[in-house]
Amino acid sequence: MFGKLTLESIPYHEPIIMIVAAFMAIGGAALLGALTYYRKWGWLWNEWFTSVDHKKLGIMYFVVALVMLLRGFADAIMMRTQLAMAAGGAAGYLPPEHYDQIFTAHGVIMIFFVAMPMVIGLMNLVVPLQIGARDVAFPFLNNLSFWLFAVSAILVNISLVVGEFAKTGWLAYAPLSGIEFSPGVGVDYWIWALQISGIGTTLTGINFFVTILKMRTKGMTMFRMPIFTWTSLCANVLIIASFPILTATIALLTLDRYFGMHFFTNDFGGNMMMYVNLIWAWGHPEVYILILPAFGVFSEVIATFARKRLFGYKTMVWATVAITLLSFIVWLHHFFTMGAGANVNAFFGIMTMIIAIPTGVKVFNWLFTMFRGSLELTSPVLWTLGFIITFTLGGMTGVMLAVPAANFVLHNSLFVIAHFHNVIIGGVVFGMMAGLTYWFPKAFGFTLSEKWGKRSFWCWFIGFYVAFMPLYVLSFFGAVRRMQSYSNPEWQPWMILAWVGAVIIMLGIACTIIQFWVSIRDRKQNADVTGDPWDGRTLEWSTSSPAPFYNFARLPEVGDIDSFWSQKQRSNEQLSEAPYTDIHMPRNTVAGPVISLFALVLGFALVWHIWWLAAVGALGVIVSFLARVFNDDIDYYVPAAEVARIEREHQQRKTTLTADDTERQQQDYVEARA
Amino acid sequence: MATNTLHHGATADAHEHHDASGTKVFGFWVYLMSDLVIFGSLFATYAVLMKGTAGGPTAADIFELPFVLVETFLLLVSSFTFGMGVLAMNADRINQVKAWLAITFVLGAAFVGMEIYEFQHLIHQGYGPDRSAFLSSFFTLVGTHGLHVTFGLIWILVMLVQLSTKGLNDMTRPRILCLSLFWHFLDIVWICVFSFVYLMGVL
Repeated sequence: MFGKLTLESIPYHEPIIMIVAAFMAIGGAALLGALTYYRKWGWLWNEWFTSVDHKKLGIMYFVVALVMLLRGFADAIMMRTQLAMAAGGAAGYLPPEHYDQIFTAHGVIMIFFVAMPMVIGLMNLVVPLQIGARDVAFPFLNNLSFWLFAVSAILVNISLVVGEFAKTGWLAYAPLSGIEFSPGVGVDYWIWALQISGIGTTLTGINFFVTILKMRTKGMTMFRMPIFTWTSLCANVLIIASFPILTATIALLTLDRYFGMHFFTNDFGGNMMMYVNLIWAWGHPEVYILILPAFGVFSEVIATFARKRLFGYKTMVWATVAITLLSFIVWLHHFFTMGAGANVNAFFGIMTMIIAIPTGVKVFNWLFTMFRGSLELTSPVLWTLGFIITFTLGGMTGVMLAVPAANFVLHNSLFVIAHFHNVIIGGVVFGMMAGLTYWFPKAFGFTLSEKWGKRSFWCWFIGFYVAFMPLYVLSFFGAVRRMQSYSNPEWQPWMILAWVGAVIIMLGIACTIIQFWVSIRDRKQNADVTGDPWDGRTLEWSTSSPAPFYNFARLPEVGDIDSFWSQKQRSNEQLSEAPYTDIHMPRNTVAGPVISLFALVLGFALVWHIWWLAAVGALGVIVSFLARVFNDDIDYYVPAAEVARIEREHQQRKTTLTADDTERQQQDYVEARA
Repeated sequence: MATNTLHHGATADAHEHHDASGTKVFGFWVYLMSDLVIFGSLFATYAVLMKGTAGGPTAADIFELPFVLVETFLLLVSSFTFGMGVLAMNADRINQVKAWLAITFVLGAAFVGMEIYEFQHLIHQGYGPDRSAFLSSFFTLVGTHGLHVTFGLIWILVMLVQLSTKGLNDMTRPRILCLSLFWHFLDIVWICVFSFVYLMGVL
């Protein structure tokens, strides 16, 4: 009846898990209770869950990502605590089978459920606004993508309490992840969580690729697109070309595990290195899917706060395109020790080093944009400066790893861990924090507290170096990754230092939480009534904050890079305002959440081999999708009068609040004089 | 062909912010390219594992070319009949569209039926997908194609229902165009399957 699922599957005997589960239950119950008490369910369902508005979807991606960041970080600090304790062969407090699940969950969560949704969330929020579009090309698919991702995050969290998670490392290398060596349900949770969210990501890739190519406003040629849109376009090309490889690879592993096939087994002709090749043929482009949009964020931030056009716009674009292409011919550097031979290794080593060239071009572009600009040291700029330093260092250790001979010594050591945290924290995390701060007012209509943003930056920046530089040192002593305890007590001081670094990073996360709280509390003072709080350069700043659901009352026209900026320079010329027209918009959809809910049921049932429930889930997915296909009522028109009303209100708010401002300034001035 | 027919559907709502029908077909093209990457991964896997017979049968032992040739022609002809259906759609002859789609459905179903027969025949002989890595990759590559054709069949049925209830309009036209792309795409993939798997396996 319940397949492999029994009451034994719930780990009562693990006090840590039970405490976490209790916290999750209390927190969840509090949230549900609050929603019921304040009668917010209808609002949540109508305004958010079923929304096809790309801005709201972007916000929801970020909310889930920030929650999952807490979960992924909890895993991190548990690992660091274990390693700070488990010196000289001591057991520490985490048994190996639990520790193995934690490092697997940490990697999976941080990449798939924190970094990816942040990147995709930012694309959602920003790209349609930057290209002057009213929505994405396929709004329903956009909602569906989000929910497929969200239910996968739920599936990962279910694995914490029901059963176990994979103990294989984040990429579940075969044959370890095969049924012979991993008979439990952990790998199955990994499989279905990644498969479901991966399909959502592929749909997102197609959606944004088509949006950027087909929905740009009048006059916005490819080489007038903002850099963030360019980097998003390249990231989406990478998604379209690489995520299907992940889908296929996971499907093959599934066939091995569920139907006794022999793709990656040791026997019957299987080839485990095929798995490693396939997973990295996806995995390497994946890191560029994460970092390219972060590069885009830094470019926007630097140009805005240096009050200068980005230095070398075209080289920035071509560097991005070059990285996009090169990222597909370097995958083998993840396993030089496979034994492919000196020539193959040399090819992939050289290709890897070549990627450093377009990346270097970008670094110089950012530096020269700052050069002789009037750089304002806001928190997004701090994140950017921290990124340039940290990412350059991380890139250099990457080039070291790209030398096959050095790689044979460094592979599987803490050097690798230190390297990729160096580029992912220094690149993706800093980039997403910069992007979050930069575009937050566009999403919510008020700016975030600078004070707490800067505190968060310094904690992250210092914490990163304290946490990860010791790992470089330890790797030279021979410390390997994924170890639960170690015999050499001389490593312990370094491990404790790394733990201190993790604690400092934790303070950085705490600062961000305080930043949200303080900023929401002071939202009236920090309100952005103009829609352009940073004196921005690109189209998203030309509409109100938060942007109306139709984004632009009149679709803007573009004649230049940074068109909004040049338009502001010419602001004294009065534009003749065309009358408003009816606006065509997509309707909200219940299909996205419903299909995804059935996908969750399907995934859970397949993990536990509950075949009848799997049939229910699969049938539910098909029927609810067909219901959507037969639904004709998917769009509507916003009448011009309604548009005029919303725009008039925005103008009134703007004038009254600006008047308030002037009054307050006068008062301040008078008080200062007195 | 696809680009010519696009403007047909799009003229209906010319004041639209963008050519919605063209965007749909373009998006579907992009989806097909991503689907092609799945097939590419499966072809690569087959190429790597085809020698991994583990003492079981090799390709030459189990493939029967005449049988597969009949399958191939069924699918090729079905592509032709679908093309006729799209021409009928451009001429606004809805009953002809339905008739051609129905013929395509029959041909496609016969293809899937033959494939199922081939599979169950192999499994019956003890050459199932769990016998060796070669057979795992063979069943998966060919089976993934067959699964796609099956989805195409379901889609044809859905379109037949929608043509009867909604007729030819801005919603059904781009869907038939996308389905047509999907169907021809599967034909091309099958040509690769036939050449690389069956022909090269036997010759």
